[in-house]
Amino acid sequence: MDAVVRELSYAQAIQEAMAIAMDMDERVFLMGEDIGVYGGAFQVTGDLVERYGTDRVIDTPISELGGAGVAVGAAVTGMRPIFEFQFSDFATLGMEQIVNQAAKMRFMLGGEVSVPVVMRFPAGSGTGAAAQHSQSLEAWLGHVPGLKVIQPATPHDAKGMLLAAVADPDPVMIFEHKLLYKMKGHVPEGHYTVPIGKAEIRREGRDLTIVATSIMVQKALEAAAALEGEGIDIEVVDLRTIRPIDRQTIIDSVKKTSRLLCVYEAVKTLGIGAEVSALVAESEAFDYLDAPIVRLGGAETPIPYNPDLEKATVPQVSDIIAAARDLVKGVR
Amino acid sequence: MAGASKAVVDSRANLPFVYRQYSPEQLRQVLHKMYLIRRFEEGAEECYMRGLIHGTMHLSIGQEASAMGICMPLAEDDQITSTHRGHGHCIAKGAEVSRMFAEFFGKTTGYCKGRGGSMHIADVAKGNLGANGIVAGGIPIAVGAALSSKRMKTGKVVVSFFGDGANNEGAFHEALNMAAIWKLPVIFVCENNGYGMSTSTARSTAVKNIAERAAAYSMPGVVVNGNIFSEVAEASFKAVERARAGEGPTLIESKTYRYRGHSKSDRNRYRTKEEIEDWMANRDPITLFETELRDFGFIDDRGIEAIRDAVAKEIADGIEFAKASPAPEIATLENYVYTEHA
Ligand SMILES: Cc1ncc(C[n+]2csc(CCOP(=O)(O)OP(=O)(O)O)c2C)c(N)n1
Ligand SMILES: [Mg+2]
Repeated sequence: MDAVVRELSYAQAIQEAMAIAMDMDERVFLMGEDIGVYGGAFQVTGDLVERYGTDRVIDTPISELGGAGVAVGAAVTGMRPIFEFQFSDFATLGMEQIVNQAAKMRFMLGGEVSVPVVMRFPAGSGTGAAAQHSQSLEAWLGHVPGLKVIQPATPHDAKGMLLAAVADPDPVMIFEHKLLYKMKGHVPEGHYTVPIGKAEIRREGRDLTIVATSIMVQKALEAAAALEGEGIDIEVVDLRTIRPIDRQTIIDSVKKTSRLLCVYEAVKTLGIGAEVSALVAESEAFDYLDAPIVRLGGAETPIPYNPDLEKATVPQVSDIIAAARDLVKGVR
Repeated sequence: MAGASKAVVDSRANLPFVYRQYSPEQLRQVLHKMYLIRRFEEGAEECYMRGLIHGTMHLSIGQEASAMGICMPLAEDDQITSTHRGHGHCIAKGAEVSRMFAEFFGKTTGYCKGRGGSMHIADVAKGNLGANGIVAGGIPIAVGAALSSKRMKTGKVVVSFFGDGANNEGAFHEALNMAAIWKLPVIFVCENNGYGMSTSTARSTAVKNIAERAAAYSMPGVVVNGNIFSEVAEASFKAVERARAGEGPTLIESKTYRYRGHSKSDRNRYRTKEEIEDWMANRDPITLFETELRDFGFIDDRGIEAIRDAVAKEIADGIEFAKASPAPEIATLENYVYTEHA
């Protein structure tokens, strides 16, 4: 047992996972823009280039489509690339290789190849970076069979899920909320994995299930703690993986609490909340519902620059508290 | 023309391009605007440091001659697309610093009504179709604007500014090719400041001069010293003439340098302090131009002082205007997502 619980930031946890993966397997290497001497736009790769050299920590030109494609090609032919998009928004430039190639190559070739590529996407709003550097596009990729899409919400999971992603034979897309990078938490030393495709109950409760993703897990936990004083007992499910989604954990939780609130940062409509709501509505948990399902998501707008508008665009703790209270008290 | 002026004109015969092409008053205006760009950047930086502005910003200090030189031969209704490092382009194309500051402060009086911030600064009325958060994002848009100009016979010329980093995006290559096959009135201006964020062009780009890319698309490719106003303006002048004559696009590579880090989070670990100091001490675009103006007798010390004072006041007034302006109402959050119908 650790005498002192070791804490790392979310960014450090990812960096440690990449170092462990490179130590364990010669085939693992990193590619991306400014991940070398600059250390990555969010300092996630940090000084890894000093330890592993420029052959394994490769700065690409500003060429997302080509870079993503090179990673796919290397993965198909025996390497284990971890490709960093500098911002998740630039997935839009790499989409061809992600969606048409990485996701489908194994299928189209009748199982003759695997595509063990890992792609990392710093995502989300809250940094004042405006409409082209703040998006949450995970549901776009979640819509594509052949991809696995994960959103770790804690430093512990960021490390364990990245190591699971590297070991996975299929393409894994990791969305990392930029505001989580500085968050600290317990991170065990050495190699461990956190399974892809398994949700985690972060807090048990009887009155309401909140299914949340990424940074919204932390906000939901804050809201749950605040409502404890009002005698409202909330269960918080951290979805962790959006494809393949863990239906059973959600269904079991809703059967227990009879109420469901989905909270996520991406634009509300046609997103993760729709999927979670629908899978509950289609399941035996539907009969257990005591209230309509509620979704809290981003406003139907690009992310604005003005800080107050930016905050108003995505769910805040106070919004979650209000929605949860209304649901439990039967206002809805 | 009076005798004195004639003497000036005669004595100008051997001077570099801009001194023959433009009036002393126009050239003093250029110096004014170069100072305006620099002081604007410094003012924005200071507001940022003091926590008055949030987000991030990319400063163009050191690149003023490039922005001014390229815009010099442009008419008011000619158009530009700009980049994340776009404050200088915006001012060079005619924007007011007060409304730019207001944008950075997220106010409704800003050019983008507080929605865009530094990275999306624009001034559509003055022909600036916008900075861009996506590297190379503006290049095909400029080609589209040039297509409009040709189809609608407006006579407009379009300039697309971009950095050296952008020359490795597919959008750059696709756009240059289309501009060439359709002979569009567009000028591609690569402001090569040596680095795309931390990556030097030597590490990112297969050709030595980005202007060499022009050969692949059968257009002229020109390299200029981007810190010498006259050189930049001359290349731009020729490219504008060519575009207006219907002869098609030009690629200008303007070699320059950014003094500040890429953005606020830059530790400058990819270049040396000596390199930065060398550029600042020996190739500063404002110093070079100011010295020429003085040496050629176009301005004296008092004239320079007057410009500096006027610029300082413009910047101070601009910041005050921005502070005093109203912030957008939360209720307007979803405005401008779609076109409002009457
Ligand atoms: C498609 C895309 N990729 C990456 C980025 C992140 N980024 C912003 S500016 C920049 C460097 C651009 O370099 P350059 O084009 O040379 O312009 P400079 O910053 O030097 O003016 C990078 C990598 C981006 N905004 N868009
Ligand atoms: Mg550059």
